Amino acid sequence: MTDFDAGSRTSRVWTNVGLPILGVIITVTGWWAITAAFHIDPFYVPSPADVVDTFLRTPEFLLQETWTTLQRVLIGFAIAVALGLVIAVTLAASRTVERMAMPILAAINAVPKVALAPLLLVWMGFGDSPKIVMVVLVSFFPVIVSTMAGLTSTPDDLQELTRSLKASWWQTFVKVRLTWALPQVFVGLKVATPLAIIGAVIGEVVNPDRGLGSVIAGSGASNDTPLAFAALVLLAVTGVVLFYLVAGIERLLVPWRVAK
Amino acid sequence: MISIDGVSQTFKGKSGPVEAIRDISLTIGEGEFLTVIGRSGCGKSTLLRMVAGLLKPTKGEVRVAGEVVREPRRDVAMVFQKPALLPWRSVEDNIMLPVEIFGRRKADHRAQVDRLLETTGLTAFRKRLPHELSGGMQQRVSLCRALIQNPKVMLMDEPFSALDALTREELAVELQRIHMDLGTTIVFVTHSIQEAVLLADRVAVLSSRPGQVRRLVEIPIPRPRSFGHNAHMDQVAGVSAELHSLLLSDTHLPKTSTL
Ligand SMILES: Nc1ncnc2c1ncn2[C@@H]1O[C@H](COP(=O)(O)OP(=O)(O)OP(=O)(O)O)[C@@H](O)[C@H]1O
Ligand SMILES: [Mg+2]
Repeated sequence: MTDFDAGSRTSRVWTNVGLPILGVIITVTGWWAITAAFHIDPFYVPSPADVVDTFLRTPEFLLQETWTTLQRVLIGFAIAVALGLVIAVTLAASRTVERMAMPILAAINAVPKVALAPLLLVWMGFGDSPKIVMVVLVSFFPVIVSTMAGLTSTPDDLQELTRSLKASWWQTFVKVRLTWALPQVFVGLKVATPLAIIGAVIGEVVNPDRGLGSVIAGSGASNDTPLAFAALVLLAVTGVVLFYLVAGIERLLVPWRVAK
Repeated sequence: MISIDGVSQTFKGKSGPVEAIRDISLTIGEGEFLTVIGRSGCGKSTLLRMVAGLLKPTKGEVRVAGEVVREPRRDVAMVFQKPALLPWRSVEDNIMLPVEIFGRRKADHRAQVDRLLETTGLTAFRKRLPHELSGGMQQRVSLCRALIQNPKVMLMDEPFSALDALTREELAVELQRIHMDLGTTIVFVTHSIQEAVLLADRVAVLSSRPGQVRRLVEIPIPRPRSFGHNAHMDQVAGVSAELHSLLLSDTHLPKTSTL
């Protein structure tokens, strides 16, 4: 961004709020125009109006399901982040552990998670826990990889500095490496946020009880495509909100990076 | 203060060994300002890192204050070419870093930080983050951070080389004043003849790789010295020319000898 007037307040509001909103408006209008122009059957692709109608038929129900899914996403994401950070720090602390654990972690990550869903059903039955586990499984790996990348990216000059000060491993870790890794950690968190939602939906579609994934699974059975779209839109909105939430936290915690 | 005794360094590179430093012996007195000058890649940083205890000599040994250097010492401070500041710490917190790492009480050092900020003209910027400062100011912060250690020895590796000419001169003059005030022993690596002549009691001219001491040149010009017009311009011109020809003639040596 090299706008000359990027500093003025109105133009900043415009770029940060106005442009994204304009993008949404253009997209929705385009969607509408296409469904209208080609007379597409709402059974295949409903128009935005159909989706809104569907939502307004049962708003409490859909919002309730959204909340259920969101809770699973948040709990699972929190566990994934905590687990990912702990694992990454352990791996970064010891070369030996890293060598031993990395192939296993990569293998776990490479397993198609959908294939695990029936197993989770067997192990944990219905309810929240298999969905939360799915969220964790899908979203922990990017956190590990990005945190490790951050922890090993300490520049040479800072390493020489701490060595020349005879800082202990722990001091170097806490005062330099960890904070230096934060921007990278947030890259991982931003990748993991949408994955967490995908994880919850996989869990709910394969093993439906409640939540937006179950709504989508149910709408397939009852041929209610607009309902499925309403659920998808709600998922998308949830994803966007979570993403900007993470970005906002990043702004708070990593001001030196964002300012650049 | 520092004695470098028959020190050599050979790196095991991918394409065979690289002899960076060959058999350097030097004694640096207490309070002396020694500059090390030489062409790029001649092993200046390597020499300094061995004195700092960051790198073990392949042969020979370095003593600081009579003790053989085997690891970094807390009374030896390094200033690097890059300011190496923590981007999330304000100016004063960056300066406090060594105090924290040494486990000393920050309260005992507040007054000294104030003084250092004062002498380097950074008082108004003490709460700023590094990215809000110019390169010259960042390097001043890095200098303050070294000085808070109250070092007996300061090792400076081309600390001003990334700065523009005017800022360099300004900082060199500032460093000279600090050296005159504190009497710290300083080893200062540079490839600027001007800087070497302004700052040094003696200049060690290194030859191209492998680095050896080609000549030790005394600079008997009285302090405080200054750039530009002054009473000793003839002398300055004389030593500068000598250093210049020492560095220049060096290029042809390895070529003719390998032909
Ligand atoms: N860790 C290392 N492994 C292998 N070779 C190295 C290593 N460090 C330095 N060298 C080599 O040793 C030589 C001297 O390097 P050094 O960095 O000391 O030079 P310098 O005089 O400081 O150069 P400059 O003026 O560019 O900073 C170079 O040829 C370099 O390639
Ligand atoms: Mg160097």
